[in-house]
Amino acid sequence: MTADRAPDTAPVLDVRDLSVRFRMRGGNDIAAVSGARFSVAPGECLALVGESGCGKSVLASALLGLLPANAATTGSAVLGGDTDLLTAGERTLARTVRGRRIGLVPQSPAAHLTPVRTVRAQLEEALRELTGVRGSDLPKAALAAAARASFPEGHLDRYPHELSGGLAQRAATALALIGDAPLLLADEPTTGLDRDLVERTVDELRRHTDTGRALLIITHDLAAAERVADRVAVMYAGRIVEIADAEDFFQAPGPRHPYARGLLAALPERDFAPIPGMPPELGALPEGCAFAARCGHADDRCTAERPAFRADLACHHAPTGRTHPLKEAADA
Amino acid sequence: MLELTRITAGYDRRDPVVREVSLSVAAGEAVGLLGPSGCGKSTLARVAALLHRPDAGTMTLDGAVVRGWRHRAPREQRTAVGVVFQQPRLSADPRIGLRELIAQPLRATGRRREVPERVAELARLVGLSDELLERRPHAVSDGQLQRACLARALVLRPRLLICDEMTAMLDASTTAALVAVVERYRAESGAALLAVGHDRVLLERWCDRTVRWGEHHAEHAPTG
Repeated sequence: MTADRAPDTAPVLDVRDLSVRFRMRGGNDIAAVSGARFSVAPGECLALVGESGCGKSVLASALLGLLPANAATTGSAVLGGDTDLLTAGERTLARTVRGRRIGLVPQSPAAHLTPVRTVRAQLEEALRELTGVRGSDLPKAALAAAARASFPEGHLDRYPHELSGGLAQRAATALALIGDAPLLLADEPTTGLDRDLVERTVDELRRHTDTGRALLIITHDLAAAERVADRVAVMYAGRIVEIADAEDFFQAPGPRHPYARGLLAALPERDFAPIPGMPPELGALPEGCAFAARCGHADDRCTAERPAFRADLACHHAPTGRTHPLKEAADA
Repeated sequence: MLELTRITAGYDRRDPVVREVSLSVAAGEAVGLLGPSGCGKSTLARVAALLHRPDAGTMTLDGAVVRGWRHRAPREQRTAVGVVFQQPRLSADPRIGLRELIAQPLRATGRRREVPERVAELARLVGLSDELLERRPHAVSDGQLQRACLARALVLRPRLLICDEMTAMLDASTTAALVAVVERYRAESGAALLAVGHDRVLLERWCDRTVRWGEHHAEHAPTG
């Protein structure tokens, strides 16, 4: 079995056994990402969900070649069938990948935008560099680029610090869309936005997905994930523990991994009950299942042995297929 | 507990962000203030937290009119209000460990003798281990740091807690955990809550009543 369903078309991004280790002073390694395996096809949106500190953003940085020097990666992440993002040099990444083949919608737009230049100047620069639009066509193209991300025309001459969180996010989204990249990578694009803006932002991203791009959205906002995603990958303590079709995951039959079930149950529109405890430190992961200490189903096997990722699931209690022993137990 | 009457506030007198807004929170009550981003709700929260002086309007705390904000606020009023912000990274001194972060309000008010006992009590309440308490902000996750910021807001046992988008950066489970901490504190202390945010589902589940930005003019229209 493989980590993904057989796509009709070649995947835009194919990640195999991606691991990221940070070497720390004193020889303590941090296992930020372990054995991640997934793919994203054209026209498809995969949402990577999980709590803060679980390794989601490190995974995104690895794909863009933006990891710090003390990070070591293994595995592969092949873009468009020909470029392994983990081994491609900085020159390739800078000149042909970032902005052109992967558009990044960043996590903190206020930090991503250049503080000393207006939004208009930044849009025009990106247009010049990425699309070759020149001279008198630039102002019109900048307006169109702003409009694609619903950035209001009246705010184009503002500096990043003069924008609200929502407007800064839209400016950053507008920049990400300029290069018409086949893969959009959105790292927490909706943090700090109100519900209407969240929906508009993800609907906008969905619209660009429906025109044939692939979208990898990293988020802790489950409502946003439900709205935009075709498939969901759940990350816990640096590992992907479940991949599921979004409809199966958010509606019936629901998530299969106990952690994913707990995460959904914590939503205010559901039980609003937290999962007890906190995730383990990535520098001191337990021998067995990283979730065992917080899991109501954990037994000796869970604490002794790390569950393999099979049939899109890493849990000892649901070893095969789509059947769901936990669910029956929970419903009984 | 808290009464804001026709508050006008902002960063430019000619163009205030908040215009003539009134809002009240009764003793022990939990009020959710809902509004879209950029509407001025955080500015109003800063006024209520005694952190931003309004241009016009009156504010009372426990019946006493507030006459000074920031360093001009009398200690009695300042320590009655606890506040938690949206971004824990921006509200935590990166140079000090979490234990010290939680203890600082006690030291600042000359109550250092209470530090060991009170910090241990709060660390248990918010779920921070001894090991995490020794770390500095850069070595913990957003969720862990926000737990410490909530503990800091509760350390002086405020009678009013103001949470400005406290959970906007957090995942569903950490959100539910922090809300549970606030509610446990309120149940045992009888403190009031003003929770500011944009998540209608969350605030309606959490609070006794919610007020939508724009509606509070009508709902609390000043008389006379």
